[in-house]
Amino acid sequence: MGKNKMFMTKWKPTGLALAAIVTTAAVALAVPSAMAQRDPAYAAARSAGQIGEQPDGYLGFATTPTPAIRALVQDLNIKRKAAYTASAQSTGSTVEQFAFTSGCNLIAQTKPGEKYQTPSGAWKTRDGSPPERDARCP
Amino acid sequence: MNQHKTGARRLAIYGRCVAAMTGVSALAGCVQIDTPDKPIEINLNINIRQEVVYRLDGDAKKLIEQNSEIF
Repeated sequence: MGKNKMFMTKWKPTGLALAAIVTTAAVALAVPSAMAQRDPAYAAARSAGQIGEQPDGYLGFATTPTPAIRALVQDLNIKRKAAYTASAQSTGSTVEQFAFTSGCNLIAQTKPGEKYQTPSGAWKTRDGSPPERDARCP
Repeated sequence: MNQHKTGARRLAIYGRCVAAMTGVSALAGCVQIDTPDKPIEINLNINIRQEVVYRLDGDAKKLIEQNSEIF
């Protein structure tokens, strides 16, 4: 009985620590999803089909852009390149390889009505069917 | 005599065959190579192999998920 009691007292703080870790993890997970929101102008241009996803992992113009949309896309593509560069370094790949793999996923994730570029370079509007992607895409 | 004749005929046929074959090989030996009229294209995508794409897929998905404001 005495042994059991000691066991219990030993476990109590661990349980508290565990609860704290779980709470921290939940907060850490909740924060990025709350922060990660598309710029309304970007979201609007995307759903309007003015801009779309290219196979190389960057955004492109499906129609001639306004200067504001052009600037917005250039800014996002610079940020994407920075993200690809960091990931390429940590995975021991080239920026192009990582960007291309991301492009495979980004085209797959497009919603119906959004634009994407096929391997031949043509712009297509995503519908219910799977998008036309490079043969190397998983 | 008869046997000798057939032997001679066989030789003649063989000779003709050799002549025909050398003729063919002479023709085949004359291969013409034209310079291409289109520029030679080097596909840079050769650097991205499917196995690399498969290896990076999980990390790419994570990056997109964690930076959804730029994707």
